[in-house]
Parts: sequence; structure tokens; C-alpha cells
Amino acid sequence: MGVNMAIVHETEAQKSRKKSNMLLGGVLGGFVLLVFAITIVKMVDGQNMEAYDHVLRPALEEAK
Amino acid sequence: MTDATTIDGPYQAEFDDYFALLKPRVMSLVVFTAAVGLLVAPVGVNPVIAFASVLFIALGAGASGALNMWWDADIDRIMKRTQSRPVPSARVTPSNAMILGLWLSVISVGMLGLTANIFAAGLLAFTIFFYAVVYTMWLKRWTPQNIVIGGAAGAFPPMVGWAVATGGVSVESLLMFALIFMWTPPHFWALALFMNDDYTKAGVPMLTVTHGKRVTRRQILIYTVLLAPVALVISFTSIGGPVYFAVALVLNALFLRGAWTLWKRREEAAEADRYAAEKSVFKLSLYYLALHFTALLAEAGLRAFQLNWAAWPQWV
Repeated sequence: MGVNMAIVHETEAQKSRKKSNMLLGGVLGGFVLLVFAITIVKMVDGQNMEAYDHVLRPALEEAK
Repeated sequence: MTDATTIDGPYQAEFDDYFALLKPRVMSLVVFTAAVGLLVAPVGVNPVIAFASVLFIALGAGASGALNMWWDADIDRIMKRTQSRPVPSARVTPSNAMILGLWLSVISVGMLGLTANIFAAGLLAFTIFFYAVVYTMWLKRWTPQNIVIGGAAGAFPPMVGWAVATGGVSVESLLMFALIFMWTPPHFWALALFMNDDYTKAGVPMLTVTHGKRVTRRQILIYTVLLAPVALVISFTSIGGPVYFAVALVLNALFLRGAWTLWKRREEAAEADRYAAEKSVFKLSLYYLALHFTALLAEAGLRAFQLNWAAWPQWV
């Protein structure tokens, strides 16, 4: 295994792995943004996200 | 393998190889039909929710594609059409294909449940199960009816799209299902007529292999005749209208004429012109489905601008 060569030059395999990693990173980043966007939309639409939590909640009573 | 790239060691699967596992071309059809199912529904959906839902439905279709390629690697290796797929060409290991398929199934169903509703997610889960288990693992190698029943898997996406908007099932969504369901057999059998050798070699019990081309030609005609009323009756539901009716009338006339031609054709004639008529019917079948759904979308657009015709009869 040419260790020195590997440090100086990126082999084709390393290059393609790097490209794949970047693309996968992009997909995961996009997924995070999408989940964030969905969350914002659901909150803006005013979906009822409160639930019973051992104390009386006037907001829940009104929602009924 | 004698490939120059193997000098660096074993082949490293790239992003593209995994993407190819998801059957991008099937996915694009799923995106289209699911989006139409969602958009023609009488309930409006927030654009972000609609976009995300269609994306997760497509991801679910991709997951079942990966599971299909994992299970079918042995026959894909034999058939010319599928030899270059990632698993038979050894770019992705079978177990990695399976792992990707299973995880994407979980993610797509879970995310659709959170984004849209539980019913749509359940329907997507059933679709994946139907394609990966009922069709791929069970029917495909067992019965020449594989295409007929397996077609149901491809017919679910517009129903899932409709369920995203409405949270349920209705006559309209069942008719969209029926349209794709009845269309699949003539579509695939037209392909099988000129791809026969592949299926014979792989031992897949295609109708052309088990019952011969004569029977296949008759079955194409039968299904095309049964398909026409399904396609036309959609005109008189809440998602249909005169534009859709006109499009459906023309397309069904053309498709019936094509099926009639195939039925009357003798095998010698087909071989003489290298299955020209079969190929053109196959191509027509692609336009047939795409244009029916485009017409439904057009009707939805007209309704949105209140340009629909009030006098148009609506039976349901």
C-alpha cells in the first residue's frame, strides 16, 4: 500500500467516496430543513399541541 | 470482475448506486400519480405538507424498489434488461440493499404519519408490503397472474395521495386505483410480447412464457376492453369533467384499436417487422396513463378557478 502516495494524492476511490459523503450530507441536511418546515407549518396552522398534564388547562377547555 | 478501478481495492458503492436501488423512474411515476391524487381531492393541503407527503410516498416506493432488487438479484442477473442494476452488477451488496430498503420503509411510513395522517401512513405501509412481499417474494415467481395482482402495488399511490388530503377512501380514489390496476396488465404484457426471451431464460412465469403469445394477445384485448369503462366513468365523478371525458374518449379509442391490432396479428407478421405494433402499443400505454392523470389535474385546475361546467352530469 503506497501510504505516502495516498497522503499526497487522493485516489479515485477516495475522491468518489468524498463525493458520496457530500451528497449524503446534503440529503440529511435537506431532511432536517424539511422537518423544520413541517414543524413551523403545523404550529402556524394552530394545531392543538397541548394535552392533559395533571393540572387544569383553560386553553384545552376552550378548544373543546 | 476485471475492472480497472479494482486496483484500489474492492469497489466502493457510490451515492448514485444506492440511488439507482430506489428505481428512480418508477419513483417519478409515483410522484406524479400521488401528487395528482392529492391535488384533485376536495380538501386543500398546505403546500409544505403536500410537498413533504409526496416526497415520503416516493421514498416508500423507493424502499420497495430496493427490497425488490435485493430479493430478485438472482433473476435480474439473467435478464438483459436488468443486468446493469446495482446488485446484479455487484456495485451494492444484497444485504446493503435490504438494509436500505427496510430503513427507508420505516422512515417513509413514520414521517408520512407525522406529516399527514395515520391512515395515509398505514396505506403506504400496506403498499410497500404488497409490492415487496406479496408481489416480489410470492406472486412473481409463482403465477402468470403476477402482473395482474402485482399491479395493485403501482395503483395505490394516488389513493395514498388522496388519503393525505382527506384522511380516508372514496369512490374517486378507488376509481383512480382501478384505472392503474386495469391498465397494468395490457401495459406489461405488450412489453412481454417483445421481451419474451428474457423472461423465459430467467424462469419468471410471464403469461407469454406459460400460455404463449396467442393467449397473451387475447388477454391484452380483454383487459383493454374492461379498462375503458373504468376510465370513462371517472368523468362523471367529482374529479372528472368534460376535458377529462374528451381526453379519455380519444385515449381509450386509440388503446382499444391498438389492442385489437395486436389481437389480430399473427406471430410471423410480428416477427417480420420486429414487433413494431407491440412496441407502439407499449409506448401508447405510457402516454395513456400519463395523459389521464394530466387531464384530472387540468379539471382540478379549472375547478380552482371556477371554470368548470355546472351542467356537467355528476353521478357520485
